[in-house]
Amino acid sequence: MLGYIASRAFRALVTILLVLTFAFFILNATGDPAILILSADAPPEAIEAFREEWGLNAPLWKQYLGYLWNLAHGELGRSMRDGRDAWAVVSERIPVTLAITIPALIIKLVIGISAGIVAALWRDTWVDRLVMAFSVTGYTVPSFVLGLALMLVFAVQLGWLPAAGADSWRHAILPIITLGVAGAAVLARFTRSAMLEVLGQPFIRTGLAKGLVWRAVVIGHAFPNAAIPTLTIAGFMIGSLVAGAVVVESVFAWPGVGRLLVSAVGNRDLMVVQAILLLVTVTMVSANLIVDIVYGFVDPRLRTARGGPARGGT
Amino acid sequence: MTVPLIELKDLTVDFPVGGNWVRALHGVSLTIRRGEALGLVGESGSGKSVTWLAATKLLPAKARIDGEVLLDGKPIQGLTRDQMAGVRGKRVALIFQDPTSSLNPVHRVGTQIAESVRLHRGFDAAAARAEAKRLLDRVHIPSAARRLDDYPHELSGGTNQRVMIAMALAGEPDLLVADEPTTALDVTIQAQILDLLAEMRRETGMALVLISHDLGIVADITDRVAVMYAGRIVEEAPVDALFDDPRHPYTQGLLAALPDVAGPRRRLTAIPGQVPNPAALPPGCAFAPRCPAAISGCVTAIPSLDAVAADRRTACFRAGHATPWEIAA
Repeated sequence: MLGYIASRAFRALVTILLVLTFAFFILNATGDPAILILSADAPPEAIEAFREEWGLNAPLWKQYLGYLWNLAHGELGRSMRDGRDAWAVVSERIPVTLAITIPALIIKLVIGISAGIVAALWRDTWVDRLVMAFSVTGYTVPSFVLGLALMLVFAVQLGWLPAAGADSWRHAILPIITLGVAGAAVLARFTRSAMLEVLGQPFIRTGLAKGLVWRAVVIGHAFPNAAIPTLTIAGFMIGSLVAGAVVVESVFAWPGVGRLLVSAVGNRDLMVVQAILLLVTVTMVSANLIVDIVYGFVDPRLRTARGGPARGGT
Repeated sequence: MTVPLIELKDLTVDFPVGGNWVRALHGVSLTIRRGEALGLVGESGSGKSVTWLAATKLLPAKARIDGEVLLDGKPIQGLTRDQMAGVRGKRVALIFQDPTSSLNPVHRVGTQIAESVRLHRGFDAAAARAEAKRLLDRVHIPSAARRLDDYPHELSGGTNQRVMIAMALAGEPDLLVADEPTTALDVTIQAQILDLLAEMRRETGMALVLISHDLGIVADITDRVAVMYAGRIVEEAPVDALFDDPRHPYTQGLLAALPDVAGPRRRLTAIPGQVPNPAALPPGCAFAPRCPAAISGCVTAIPSLDAVAADRRTACFRAGHATPWEIAA
């Protein structure tokens, strides 16, 4: 088990390094921070001074190695916009993002999983079709379209909720719903197909054959098995708590990590972008690792430590 | 005459297939007396499993079931699905073809057996676990106490089938329906499982229905055999009488296809053709297109299952006529 975690951690480090390297070169190749931050009309001396100050005149590979060197010493660099520590700039946004992504996650889990279960248990009835119709709509409509539509109806037309910003808890409602609906739609589909798959298994018939009522078979025998594939998607959603709201935060002008990422990329504020990418990759990779460990608890077939050959002779 | 344990009367089953109803079972009547062992034999799709899944209401809800099922002389087809749960496991237990996938992969086998014990005998958790261990001993699983905490994937197919049998015994049923219990197992294990079934029947006095595609398997441990073809019983007889003097050409064909270990070496004869599609059955006897003894009457009318002796029934216009298979055998 320890060896397994160690090898997973090593692969995670490689993933993180690859992501940071790609981002470093692509951002440098596609724009000049000096011009983007100071604007193209700035006097050439100012631009030159900026370049000198941030070491942008050094060859790219030197900048890259310098970045890695700092990173290895726990230095994430400073924001070129205001000279503040990049990690400080990013970390102050994390609670703002979590304020909408955590409630949205709860909506996704509660509504998505229960809708999927209901659809599977009443398969091919109007309930199933209704749930699936909502689900298909929910995940085919892009979140910026859904967000704008909700804004149009509830903020502009009805005037019940504010359209954008983050001045009160009421501002959070539309972003939360926008995030929650799309995720619930995905989770409902996954849960439904996981349940249908399990309900078709022979051990469900065994449960009925031994004299259990349907409800007991569903709860005691179908749920624990259907939880296994559902867990994958749920884990992915947990991994995207920090960075899964880029589009929605932009639509609703919600000052979270996602919106910071968009503006930092626009400014080629390299160290801030890298800090966000590092944060996102680390949360994603750790969520996946946790899901894998939880798998072992839920599915005894994956507990390799005890495994070994079949026992019992006949 | 005493009331039979379970009686199926004119059981029919239809499945919806693309907007049409396709009949899988065409009026099956069977009587199981207390403690007797019946073999139910036929090719896949002949309706032998469907018969018992229908009788115990284990078919999908969309299937249409008609006819009567009497348990102790009382009709049970009016029971709701949840009321039927009181019959299943307690009165009629079932085991299935693939033991490993018939057990829940995420629960320990001891837990799954104890679940049945608690359900049918109201034991508390500790007593149910002790009883589960005793049941594993009874089905001859070595070091039963340690196997309780194993998961199905850690056990072999044969051991899992023993677990299934232990689970079935937990409710002390009056009838055990074993649906192809050895088909998915190694040949060497098959005999052990059949022996175990015979032993459990002797010890508990429960009746046994052994469903199989293999006449040879049912011959050893049953008293009576019913042969099914295309959703009908075509012949029913005591096991010795069936082997000595098969009346239906289909039974004769099955016997001719069976290797005889003790007798002289001979070429095995296969029945030509294929089982008809249930959605497009021939108008007359369903076996007529493959039958070497068929005459023109066989393709227009369906023979009924009639008594040809005190304890045997045959559904054939040509019953008793010699066929090429019989001559070859």
